[in-house]
Amino acid sequence: MSTEVEAPTTGRPATTAPATPARKRKSPYPYWFYLPAAVIFGVFFVVPTFSSFFFSLTRWDLTTYEFLGLDNYVAFFQESALITGLKNTLIYAVVTCGLKVVLGMLLALLLTSQIIARGFLRSVVFFPVLVSTIGVGLTFPVLMDPSAGLINKSLALIGINGPAWLVDPKFALLSVALVDVWKGVGLATVIFIAGIVSIPREYFEASSVDGASAFQRFWRIILPLSRPAITTVIVLALIGGLRTFDLIWAMTRGGPGFTSDVIASVIYKQYQAGFYGLSTAGNVVLFILVTGIVFPLFHFLTRREVDL
Amino acid sequence: MRTKTHLWLGILGIVLFVIVFLVRFAFILFTAAKTQTEAGELQFSLPTSWALLQNFRDALAARDYMLIIAFINSTILTVVSITILVVLSAMVAYVVQRRQSRWNAVVNFLVLCGLIIPPAVVPTVWVLQSLGLFKTLSGLIFIEVAFGLAFCILLFRAFIATIPRDLDEAAIIDGAGPMRLFFKVIFPLLRSVMVTVIIVQSVVIFNDFANPLYFLPGDENATVQLTVFNFQSQFTTQYNLLFADILLITIPPLLLFLFLNKRIVEGLTAGAVKG
Repeated sequence: MSTEVEAPTTGRPATTAPATPARKRKSPYPYWFYLPAAVIFGVFFVVPTFSSFFFSLTRWDLTTYEFLGLDNYVAFFQESALITGLKNTLIYAVVTCGLKVVLGMLLALLLTSQIIARGFLRSVVFFPVLVSTIGVGLTFPVLMDPSAGLINKSLALIGINGPAWLVDPKFALLSVALVDVWKGVGLATVIFIAGIVSIPREYFEASSVDGASAFQRFWRIILPLSRPAITTVIVLALIGGLRTFDLIWAMTRGGPGFTSDVIASVIYKQYQAGFYGLSTAGNVVLFILVTGIVFPLFHFLTRREVDL
Repeated sequence: MRTKTHLWLGILGIVLFVIVFLVRFAFILFTAAKTQTEAGELQFSLPTSWALLQNFRDALAARDYMLIIAFINSTILTVVSITILVVLSAMVAYVVQRRQSRWNAVVNFLVLCGLIIPPAVVPTVWVLQSLGLFKTLSGLIFIEVAFGLAFCILLFRAFIATIPRDLDEAAIIDGAGPMRLFFKVIFPLLRSVMVTVIIVQSVVIFNDFANPLYFLPGDENATVQLTVFNFQSQFTTQYNLLFADILLITIPPLLLFLFLNKRIVEGLTAGAVKG
């Protein structure tokens, strides 16, 4: 299987190189440099991706399979728990992406202004990006404990009756999303900071000569000129949000009930239960969801950049 | 006047930042230093008696020193995967950047796919099993390499574009073949971007949870991220040991962060500004 896929990628260069008679000398940049990477990428990424389309139509136990047609997909969309997973994935991706863009931009504006301890604060915001997601995912349930947890106790001090967070079916998914934002906003912030810092000084100088307000400076200069950074953050956050698994698994395992299941956790649960075909169908659904949202969005966002 | 408001804003900012971002780490540290009964109360307070070292020892010794084995496994996984990743992705990035051909479109498309498409879990297990690599560390190494290639190629390509071609031509005139040209002339020049790639990827691979969970199940093969569940699955959670474990597995990224924070930020934002 693997050789079939790889043959066109690696076989042809050898024949094209001598086909240019004008220069007999071999190119100093040989195509076989692609070969080792192409083999690993082909065998462990391309082959599984392609075969997932086929195996999602079967019932299989990794050695034998039985062709079922679209039964797995029918089962997937008839099971209410699985549809919840699909809906939750979308909610989760949109909420985390939106919050990361807005909060990340606010933090970046704060951390590019003349503020004391700027370097220290930048580091503090960024640090959670580097620590173990699982570690974060196991710590926050303790902090979010409805009665004994630090968060609700602090809220009680200022007179707010905190929600039951992960225990409450209405809040469970949102709570995980908030932790995701806490962990990931640092990456959005440093990307925005890099974008803002790269804007030429003259724009700001000219705008202050013209007497622009801080808001106008943000709206007319910073926002349009850091669009590539915004594109990157949106795309990265959406991909991450749609594919999320670690945090959900560590914090709720999809519970209470199935109220915080996302597609990635459904895939894992079906895999554990031995429904390999169904699990793979979930993978294909996720594939379609991610590529269906991210590719067009990416094209749309980068096209707008050219117009600018 | 202006500087005074800035000062107060700054102090307010610092206080808020500390509360939002650092309290969690203090909580982990305090709980990891408590006795089991005290930790079980889940309070944010200083431990009445510090038992941090004892808890570290207990966490390491749990389930026949699983955490130590996990640290060895994770280190091998991280070091070997990154070595392969660096060499292979630099080779690809180099040829893509230097040689214009119709393969460029293919490579670019595959890189984009590698960045966006979620890997298919069970078919990957199937491939690994057919190759006899399922539940082996080498299998997981191949997986980490395959999933990391796209990002590394992007970083290397952007950097190689800044190396003047004159250098290549001089080396070619001196009679260097493709191998010599790349490994003796170009590769050493990639040191700075290489450091970035190594740091970013080592954080990613060391913190990876999902791939070891899928492709390397079994206690004897555990990687560090899987050990945290040791203290949770029993009847009562041993919070002091759980947090001691979390603290231990946070130390490697913490060290990287303290010494190389700038590099990491550089790597992650590279290309983001230009789009």
